[in-house]
Amino acid sequence: MSDRQLKTPFPERAHAALGDAHLQEALTIATTKFIDLRKEAFADFPAGEALRDRARAIKEATLQGLDKHLERLADNIERLGGHVHWAATGDEARDIILRLCRDKGVRMAVKSKSMATEEIELNEALEAAGVKPIETDLGEYIIQLAHEKPSHIIAPAIHKTKGQVAELFSKELGGRFAADPEVLTAVARKELRQKFLEADMGITGANFAVAETGTIVLVTNEGNGRMVTSLPRIHVAVMGMEKVIPTMTDLMVFLAILARSATGQKLSSYTTLVRGPRQPGETEGPEELHLILMDNGRTRQIAGTLREALYCLRCGACLNVCPVYRQIGGHAYGYTYPGPIGILLTAMLKGTGSVKDLAHASSLCGACKDVCPVRIDIPRMLVELREHIDSEKIAPWGERVVFGLARRAMSSPGLWRLGAKLGRIAQRPFVRSGRLRGLPLLFGKWTRTRDLPPVAARTFSERWKELERP
Amino acid sequence: MKASIMITCLGDLLFPDVGVAMVRLLRRLGVTVDFPQGQTCCGMPLFNSGYHHDAALVAARTVRLFEGAEHVVVPSGSCAWMVKEEYPGLLKDDPALKAQALALAKKTYELSQFLVGVLGVTSIDSSFKGRVTYHDSCHLLRGLGESQSPRALLRGVKGCEVLDLPGSDECCGFGGSFSVRLPEVSSAILDKKLANVESTGADCLVACDAGCLMQMGGGLSRRGSRVRAVHLAQILEPEAGA
Repeated sequence: MSDRQLKTPFPERAHAALGDAHLQEALTIATTKFIDLRKEAFADFPAGEALRDRARAIKEATLQGLDKHLERLADNIERLGGHVHWAATGDEARDIILRLCRDKGVRMAVKSKSMATEEIELNEALEAAGVKPIETDLGEYIIQLAHEKPSHIIAPAIHKTKGQVAELFSKELGGRFAADPEVLTAVARKELRQKFLEADMGITGANFAVAETGTIVLVTNEGNGRMVTSLPRIHVAVMGMEKVIPTMTDLMVFLAILARSATGQKLSSYTTLVRGPRQPGETEGPEELHLILMDNGRTRQIAGTLREALYCLRCGACLNVCPVYRQIGGHAYGYTYPGPIGILLTAMLKGTGSVKDLAHASSLCGACKDVCPVRIDIPRMLVELREHIDSEKIAPWGERVVFGLARRAMSSPGLWRLGAKLGRIAQRPFVRSGRLRGLPLLFGKWTRTRDLPPVAARTFSERWKELERP
Repeated sequence: MKASIMITCLGDLLFPDVGVAMVRLLRRLGVTVDFPQGQTCCGMPLFNSGYHHDAALVAARTVRLFEGAEHVVVPSGSCAWMVKEEYPGLLKDDPALKAQALALAKKTYELSQFLVGVLGVTSIDSSFKGRVTYHDSCHLLRGLGESQSPRALLRGVKGCEVLDLPGSDECCGFGGSFSVRLPEVSSAILDKKLANVESTGADCLVACDAGCLMQMGGGLSRRGSRVRAVHLAQILEPEAGA
């Protein structure tokens, strides 16, 4: 999202989202569907809970020896004839790809869906360098046509209704297309077919990379990933360093829970295993394979407070169940990764200061932790982020004063009683039939939409004396 | 059997009737009830907003207040969760206090869990004429893993018809300071919840958390709904003034 938009404070971005009827319709339909599908998938899968525990344990253990696993992965990929590039930052990752494009005379690149390339804003950089990026995942294709960013980790165009997509296609591609998903998919398919054949480079992310075999794994549903990795002469995969897993057996554990968590499928329609570039004697596949292993703030969290966020499989389940995400969608968050996990990933990539508002964009209801395939304790980490924001004094001074006063009152029964008495006096003008309305200041934020019970004529503490004698 | 009431800030200041109902109910079940003096708040608002140093001071105070208690019974799942799950961590730097916090965590119960789990009550001799529906508060449901005890207790009440609430496990949008930091988002979440509540045709919306009751009750009365938000204790002990 552009900096211009980020200058709008988060509450205003949320306000705009709440007022967008199309967005509200699209979000309700899609998230409800995802929630139901996930629930059914795990209800039919008794081994699921134990596999989730195992997946979490694999992630924990892999992070302990991340350097060792990454080296093994790199060795195996190089042995197969691939190239491995180490990128400490997003800028470095982007520069590696741009250099490759320059050196290899790349004019057009087809892409399969990848959050890692969104993270480094690769499309903008490619365009600026004269390389035409073409998104080939249907959702990504839609938002590329609309000049937007993904609003969900696995369903980038979740914020659009089919009517809006039909309008967009009609305008951008010339024609009159019905708001029928089958028609619209056929249109995109026809447009994209030629691009696969023309492109010099295929760019993907990676859901996993298996160290013991040097296999890059892509989990997709449309088959575009398979074409991106096999038709162009060069394949570049961009992967966060935390995505390496030790063995093929581990991969089976993750595959069993990933699609179930994301879309409720037992497996996604396509699981693409890429092992090296075209080998001598083979007739298909890219001539060159490049894997970019990107750090960009990740490894310093191995021992940091955001450690568990490194377990994330990018399934998007926590977005679907989050009451806040379901109301405001992904764009209002303002960064590449939306939703509860997105707040943590943004803090990881951009620093705590960047999430001083977003850290509070959660009621801490815990639904995210409940559905996370690797049981990331997102609410706890959000509270820890808030703690950091408080101790670094990033929080507004007014807020710090209010909480300081609250602590004093909570620490002193005398002050507590005095507070109750003052409250009773102060609330008098605002009592309407036993309820408080139209309160000023901070309280007004409550009473604009909700009544508040008044401070009781006698608090429980005050009534205890008579209760004591039954 | 002895139990000490942890009334909580909202219970003390805004919903004293809930506390009174809880005391009468417990006594009727043969429990000797006391109320340690000097209670304020469990400190969860401070903790959730990131003011952990301040929250630890409040936690230390609360731990000492309840040192002599046999059981501690709390009318709100979130406050019980705070005491049980967060106090020991907050007080980890002082071994003596941490040990006290762990002891308190062990003997602290949310009301419905105390009734069913400790007292072994399955049905309370109460009557309440009306249709009710039950909202699962987040910290009670996902924090303390409780969804059955309150429902079982409601089903045991004579004359009380318990209706299923669609999306009963979805947040009401309260979230403590979240409700005033992002009032519009909080209210939008609440609107969905209340539409579900009204679709059940219930007369009463029951919950086991004062925070959710403040949010949902405030929304219901603002929209002029005929549905009342009440605490479980007020259904189980309706004489106490619901």
